[in-house]
Amino acid sequence: MKNLLKLTLLLSAVWAMPAYAADTKNVMEIVKQANHVSYYKADDGRAKVNMRIIDAQGRERVREFVILRKDDDETDGKQKFYVYFNKPADVKKMVFMVAKNLDRDDDRWLYLPALDLVKRIAASDERTSFVGSDFFYEDVSGRGVNEDIHELLETDDKYYIVKSTPKDPQNVEFTTYKSWIHKSTYLPIKTEYYDAQGETLRSYTALKVEMVGEHPTVIASRMENHETGGKTLMNYSSVKYDIGLPSNIFTERYLRKVPRKYIR
Amino acid sequence: MNKIFIAIAAMSFSQTVWAQAIDVPDLPELPEGLGDLSSVTESLDEQASLPFDLTMSWDMRAGVRLQNDAHEKDMSLGETRLQVGIVKDFDTVSFNFAADFVLDPVADIYAVDLETGQGFIDVREANIVFSPIDFMDVKLGRQVLTWGTGDLLFINDLFAKDYKSFFIGRDNEYLKAPSDALKTSFFFGDTNIDVIYLPRFDADRFIDGTRLSFFDRASGDLTGRENPVVANRREDWFDNDEQAIRIYRSFGAIEGALYYYNGYWKSPAGQNAVTGNAEFPRLHVYGASMRGPVAHGIGSLELGYYKSAEGADSNPFVRNNEFRFMMGYEQEIGTELTGSVQYYLERKSDYDVYRASLPHGAIVDDKARHLLTVRLTKMLKQQDLKLSLFNFYSPSDKDGYMRFNVSYKLRDNLKIEAGGNVFYGQERYSFFGQFKDNTNLYTALHYDF
Repeated sequence: MKNLLKLTLLLSAVWAMPAYAADTKNVMEIVKQANHVSYYKADDGRAKVNMRIIDAQGRERVREFVILRKDDDETDGKQKFYVYFNKPADVKKMVFMVAKNLDRDDDRWLYLPALDLVKRIAASDERTSFVGSDFFYEDVSGRGVNEDIHELLETDDKYYIVKSTPKDPQNVEFTTYKSWIHKSTYLPIKTEYYDAQGETLRSYTALKVEMVGEHPTVIASRMENHETGGKTLMNYSSVKYDIGLPSNIFTERYLRKVPRKYIR
Repeated sequence: MNKIFIAIAAMSFSQTVWAQAIDVPDLPELPEGLGDLSSVTESLDEQASLPFDLTMSWDMRAGVRLQNDAHEKDMSLGETRLQVGIVKDFDTVSFNFAADFVLDPVADIYAVDLETGQGFIDVREANIVFSPIDFMDVKLGRQVLTWGTGDLLFINDLFAKDYKSFFIGRDNEYLKAPSDALKTSFFFGDTNIDVIYLPRFDADRFIDGTRLSFFDRASGDLTGRENPVVANRREDWFDNDEQAIRIYRSFGAIEGALYYYNGYWKSPAGQNAVTGNAEFPRLHVYGASMRGPVAHGIGSLELGYYKSAEGADSNPFVRNNEFRFMMGYEQEIGTELTGSVQYYLERKSDYDVYRASLPHGAIVDDKARHLLTVRLTKMLKQQDLKLSLFNFYSPSDKDGYMRFNVSYKLRDNLKIEAGGNVFYGQERYSFFGQFKDNTNLYTALHYDF
C-alpha cells in the first residue's frame, strides 16, 4: 500500500512535470515579450522625457531630458543609452551615458560641461533612484529577464498576471513583484513590488498608451513609493523609433559635443 | 457582373483581414481610475521665444578664516556673481558663450584681467564649434579643457587650474580656469586624437598671496597680500605657446590614453636669480593612463614624466624633473553612498644633484611626495541633500587638506550650501601645511533662473 502510494506520487509528479515545464516556458515567453516591447522596440529610439517628482508633502521637482537608445543587436541584450538633461538648471547640458551589459555591471559615464569632464561612474546598485525620482535605474533600463523566477498566476481576458521572485534576493529591496501584462500588446500596465510581509513597496502604472508607428508605447506612467508616500509621473513626448542613430553617438566624442540633430 | 462583384468583395475582404492582422493591436484599456490624464503634461518650451539658448544663475557666497591670518583679511570669501550662458546652434556651427559678472569686495579689484580672472567680468567660454570633415571636430576660442583620470589630482591634464577658487570654497567648476585654445579632434573609429594648441601660455590662477597666504621660501616666512608674488608671465603670442596631445582608444571596457605636453610649468616652478621674480620654466610631459571597471567599481591608473627646463637638476632656481604616478578606485559602498581612494606620487629625478645644488640652510624637499585621498559622497532626501567629504593626506609631508560640503536644494532652482576647507600639517612650509592660516568655512546661496 505504502509502495503504491509512493508510486502514485511519483507518477503524478512525472505527469505534472511536463505540464509545469510547459507553463514555465510559456511564462518565460510572455516575460521576454514584455521585456522586448518595454525596452527593445525597433533598433533604436528617442524620446523627450518629463518627470514630475512629487513627495508626500506635495512638493514637486521636475526633471527633463532627452533619451536616445540603440540596441547592439537583435537579441534583446546589450544596448546603449544617451541621456541629455535640460532640467533642472543645475544639471542642464549634462550627459549621462550607459552601456547596458547583461553579464556584468553596466558601464556608465557622466559628462560635466562646466568642467569639460568625462567621468566614469561606478555602477553596482541598479535599484537606487534614477535622478532623485521614484523610478530606479532598473525601471528605466530594464531588469534582466533571467534575474527572476517567473510564474503565471492568472490569465484574465486582458492580462497575464505574472509573479516574479528574484533568484538573488540579497541584491534587491523586494521579495516578489507582480506584473499585469496586457495580452495583445505585452505592455506591462501595472507592476507592484512587495516586501516579505506582502506590503506593497512601490507600484508602477501605465497611464497612457499610444501607437508610435507600429509600436504601442507607454507615453505616460506613474511610479508610487508607498513607503515614502511620494510618486513620480513620467511623460514621454516626441517619441520616434528607427531614427537611424549612428553607433558612434555613444562615444566620448558626443559626450563632449552634443549631437544636436538627435537631441532637438 | 456578379463574378466581378464577388471578386471585388473578396479582394476588399481579404484586404481588411490583412490590415487587421498587421494593424493596431488592441491598446490596453487602462485600469479604472487610471484614465485620468490630468497628470499628463506636455513639457513647455519656455525659451521658444528666444533665438538662442540662455542659461542664467546667481550665486552668493561668504566665508571666513577660522583663525587670525596676519597676511590676509578675515573674510576669505564674500562675493556675488551672475553667470550668463548663451548657446546658439546653426546647422554646422555652434557658438558658446559663458561669463560671470562678479562683485567681490574681498578682492576689491574691478579692473578686468581675463587671464587671471580678476575684475568684474570673468569670461569662461567664448568659442565656436564645428566639424570641417566628418571625422574631425574643432573648438576654437576660450574654453574649459579637461582630460585624465584623477579626481582633483592631475598629472597629464596641464590645462589651467584656479587654486584660489578651489581653496576658498567657490563651486567646484571654478577649479578649472578657461584656456584660449584651438582644440582639434580626430576620430578614426577606434583610435582618436586630440590636438590642442594654445597660442599664448595660460598659467594657473595660482596662490600668489593676494587671497591666500603661503610660505615664501626665499624669505623663509609666511607671506600674503602685503607682498604678492611677482611673476614673469610668458606673454609672447606664438612664442610662449603650448601644445597638448592625447591619443586614446578603448579596449573593451578599458579606456587607454597616451599624452604629450609641450609648454611651461603652469604654476611658478622657478625663480629669476637676479630679480627674484617667479618664473614658469619650460616643461615637457609624457604620460599615459588607463581606466575601467575593476571588481564592483572603477579603477584608474595614470603616470607622467615631467621633464623640466634644461639643467633643472643642478639649478636650485628651477624645479627638477619628476616622475608622477597615481592610482584610484571608486565604488558605491552603500545606498546613495559612493567612496573613492587614490594614491599619488611625485618623485624627483636626480635627487642627489638637486640636494647638492641647494644653498646651505635651504629647505630640502623629500625625494618622494606621497599623497592619499579619500572621497565620500552621500545623497539623501531624494538626492536633494548632498554630503561630501574629500581629504588629501600626505604621509611624507605629514600634512593634509580636508574639503567638506553640505548642499540642500530647497527647490529645483534654489540651493543652499555650507562647507569648509581645512588645512593641517606639522611644518609651515609643506604643500598643504603652509595654508593652515587659510582654514575657512563658507556658506552659499545659488539660484537658477
